[in-house]
Amino acid sequence: MRIVCPFCGERELGEFSYLGDAKPVRPAADAGEEAVYEYVYLRDNVAGVMSENWYHGGGCRSWLKVTRNTLTHEISAVEAAAGAGARQVAK
Amino acid sequence: MKYSIFSLARAALSGHKNWQRTWRDASPKDHYDVVIIGGGGHGLATAWFLASEFGIRNVAVLEKGWIGSGNAGRNTTIIRSNYGLPGNTGFYELSMKLWERMEQDLNYNSMVSQRGVLNLYHSDAQRDAYARRGNTMRINGIDAELLDQAALKKLLPFLNFDHARFPVQGGLLQRRGGTARHDAVVWGYAHAASELGVDIIQNCEVTGFVRDGNGKVTGVETSRGKIGAGKVGMAVAGSSSRVAAMAGLRLPIESHVLQAFVSEAIKPLIPGVMTFGAGHFYVSQSDKGGLVFGGDIDGYNSYAQRGNLPVMEDVCEGGMALIPMIGRVRLLRQWGGIMDMSMDGSPIIDKTPVDGLYLNAGWCYGGFKATPGSGFVFAHLLARDESHKEAALFRLDRFQRGAMIDEKGQGAQPNLH
Repeated sequence: MRIVCPFCGERELGEFSYLGDAKPVRPAADAGEEAVYEYVYLRDNVAGVMSENWYHGGGCRSWLKVTRNTLTHEISAVEAAAGAGARQVAK
Repeated sequence: MKYSIFSLARAALSGHKNWQRTWRDASPKDHYDVVIIGGGGHGLATAWFLASEFGIRNVAVLEKGWIGSGNAGRNTTIIRSNYGLPGNTGFYELSMKLWERMEQDLNYNSMVSQRGVLNLYHSDAQRDAYARRGNTMRINGIDAELLDQAALKKLLPFLNFDHARFPVQGGLLQRRGGTARHDAVVWGYAHAASELGVDIIQNCEVTGFVRDGNGKVTGVETSRGKIGAGKVGMAVAGSSSRVAAMAGLRLPIESHVLQAFVSEAIKPLIPGVMTFGAGHFYVSQSDKGGLVFGGDIDGYNSYAQRGNLPVMEDVCEGGMALIPMIGRVRLLRQWGGIMDMSMDGSPIIDKTPVDGLYLNAGWCYGGFKATPGSGFVFAHLLARDESHKEAALFRLDRFQRGAMIDEKGQGAQPNLH
């Protein structure tokens, strides 16, 4: 697998780290335990095309949104997604 | 067919032309008391224990490919019970004891070889942690020995004792651990279960669940037609989320790819199983002479059964750090299997919120060693509708209750053991 970073060009996988499915959104502080449980533990675990957050730590240190097929590892799109990682894990 | 020294001699003297099929390749009936989805080690073991221990013989095992074609054929064949947390300790020892009598139970040579499992330590802090784990094991009646560097130098003189950053200082050894022949385990359970009347149905993919008016699961839709069932058990680690989704369930699991590697065959070198304590690398030597080794999952969601180069590089670097001379051995094969990575690194064996549907999932890296124990406790759950005492903590709702079984003491991410 190689990822075409919009800033650095095509780079090998070892330069990137994976955060996971870009879909889950951290619930608001008053959302209740059930919402937090679902956000922290439950997964769609998509078999097919998934939108994911990756971090290019070995290059431009940018967050990227990668559209990838989990059945084939085929990557169909890579977009810049500044702050995506921080947004997903913190409020 | 009963196997013995006499049956072997008879077959040998008649030119090996009279071996019979060891299990029946069945066609589906309309209805079974219990249908198990997944014809891997766990599914077949469950069926055998249902028939032999719990008296339920009207059982079918449905497999979408051929039996043992999933993770049962893709693991590194290690068996051990060197766990430290309540929930794991007793369960894996139950499994270890079942490994020790498996060949007699099944009348099949699964080549269980108790050649020892050694976890190496490389610092004083790690020694203390391993001493504690060894003590926990011994308190629970499991064998464990802490070996110092002098003892290891006698046993494994080729280790990198003088590594500048991670010198090998000693290790925790479980002598009863070792390896077993993975496909013989699958065929052994298939052989013994089939003898007791279990139907093993291959090329039969489950495509949906049949539910009654109250939502209870009363059967499965498959590529070979509808099959009714009193109860349905899922043992499809790697694909658990996909199958559970057909029943409207969302699981605390991500599917990840884990790679394994085999070198060219060399003369006997590595006496047991050993793990590097400063990186992720473990190795044993197969009976054919190849070094069988592996390390971390690749780290991204995957159902592709193949991995990528960064983890290969990392695993080989771990091997070089521990045993520098293996740099001269050539890599022969490499493959990937899909792991159910649960959010605390421990399995789930429980009823689901859907009546009539039972779940055996979330085995992370460690499903093979659990095969007999998993089959036994899952059969207990299916037969009696209550968890076996050694699996009482492997509950689906433990994440909600904050009752995780987190062997590595880390948070909620699906990349634990």
